[in-house]
Amino acid sequence: MSRRLRVNPIACEGHGLCVELLPELIRLDDWGYPILDDAAVPPELVGLARRAVDACPTLALILDDE
Amino acid sequence: MIRRGREQVAAPAPVEGHHSLPRLLAGMDPGGAPMSLAEHERIHGPLPQPSPLELIEAVEMSGLRGRGGADFPTARKLRAVAAGRRPSAVVVNGSETEPASAKDRLLLSRLPHLVLDGAMLAAMAVGAREVVVKLGDGAVGSFDALEGAVAVRAADPVGIRLVTGPEGYVAGEESAVVHHLNGGAPLPTFVPPRPFERGYRGRPTLIQNPETLAQIALVARFGASWYRELGTRADPGSALVTISGAVSEPGVYELAFGTPMTDLLDAAGGSTEPLQALLVGGYFGTWVGSRRALGLRLAREDLRSVGCSLGSGVIIALGESSCGLHESAYVIDYLARQSAGQCGPCVFGLRAIADAVLAMADGVGGARERDRVLRWTSEVRGRGACHHPDGAVRFVESAMDVFGDEIEAHARVRCTAPPAGLPLDGGAPARPRRAGLRPGGRGAGRLRGAARR
Repeated sequence: MSRRLRVNPIACEGHGLCVELLPELIRLDDWGYPILDDAAVPPELVGLARRAVDACPTLALILDDE
Repeated sequence: MIRRGREQVAAPAPVEGHHSLPRLLAGMDPGGAPMSLAEHERIHGPLPQPSPLELIEAVEMSGLRGRGGADFPTARKLRAVAAGRRPSAVVVNGSETEPASAKDRLLLSRLPHLVLDGAMLAAMAVGAREVVVKLGDGAVGSFDALEGAVAVRAADPVGIRLVTGPEGYVAGEESAVVHHLNGGAPLPTFVPPRPFERGYRGRPTLIQNPETLAQIALVARFGASWYRELGTRADPGSALVTISGAVSEPGVYELAFGTPMTDLLDAAGGSTEPLQALLVGGYFGTWVGSRRALGLRLAREDLRSVGCSLGSGVIIALGESSCGLHESAYVIDYLARQSAGQCGPCVFGLRAIADAVLAMADGVGGARERDRVLRWTSEVRGRGACHHPDGAVRFVESAMDVFGDEIEAHARVRCTAPPAGLPLDGGAPARPRRAGLRPGGRGAGRLRGAARR
């Protein structure tokens, strides 16, 4: 099963925890909001991706199952 | 003060099966009165009663696509809502928040029965219990005409409710309309669910532009092959186009797809001066340099070849005496101010892009600034809950493409070209400018040639 990261841009307030926890797939734009890698989350990063999702203070980060 | 083009009416001709234009605008009163139900039925015939399947198949065969800007095949949308098991709803999205568009107001205020016929047919096709017409607060003429029309439509099987709401640019976005009708703020929401799954009052909801519904009303009467008598194979039928800018008679015109751009400008009285570019598709649209634009036809295949689409049917002609860079700066500044303020990349990204383009127009910045703007546009795309930032960055990218060669000239010579006066609700140009020299314009032939490619 492939998994993809998605962000609810209305909920996201740019706290930036996701970038700290998952720099492999997430970077910040010039204003501190996350830019997510479009590709499927590689299996070895799924655990870290879940941690980033759990850490988001506004529950804006979503890990979709496809 | 909302500045809109004058509404132009093609000469009302007696209509026998509508084998020529105008179709939608046939018999419209040049004096501005809404068409009565009796006159409407005299011109178009009574409302037919096709089965849901017949109607959806006719719409599919016609090739009709949504005229609100998204260009989505109408039959697919009908099918998606009809497939829902719960009772559905039809929402007529008459918000028309694009400042340069006037076609929906024209239809709703002058030909309300045509739009309501389409709404009824759509409601029957998808099994809707209710039709809601959403209008902007300022659309007084549309509201009055619809109220009068609803009062005399005794035969309608489904009730019609009129709702007005705030008029910001994003308030007309589908999810914002549904959110507003459900009692929330008129702001886009994070989708899914899409309105066709769960929309107005949680029902599967068909949201259509008034022109799309008016076209359905004619397809249901005269059939798909009649619809395809006009237009091109890939883009059949006719469309309402709001033409403004450097033309003698700005207004709303009904034209067949496939009409050459030069004929389209002639329909609006011709250009008032040599043109440098056309803005195709409104403020979410794209600038096309006049040399390329004037060789195009009003058809998806032609427009796609230069990377644009007709959107909600807005064409703005920019004359040689105006400054494309400044006009683009005013538009992106307007779009930045029209952000719903919900998503960071839209709020901060569009503001930064607008400030950079305003600075370029005022002579600050060069190729590096342009590269930075293009990095921002690519980063902002797709990162809002709605498509507001996507439309805005598409507009900016086309401005950089068509007018980008003038940036350095603007840094050398102060641009004093007079504002073209593009309609921007509530937003006059940032500062008045004197008539005079446009860097890269007249008297700067080398740059001008580049800008018109």
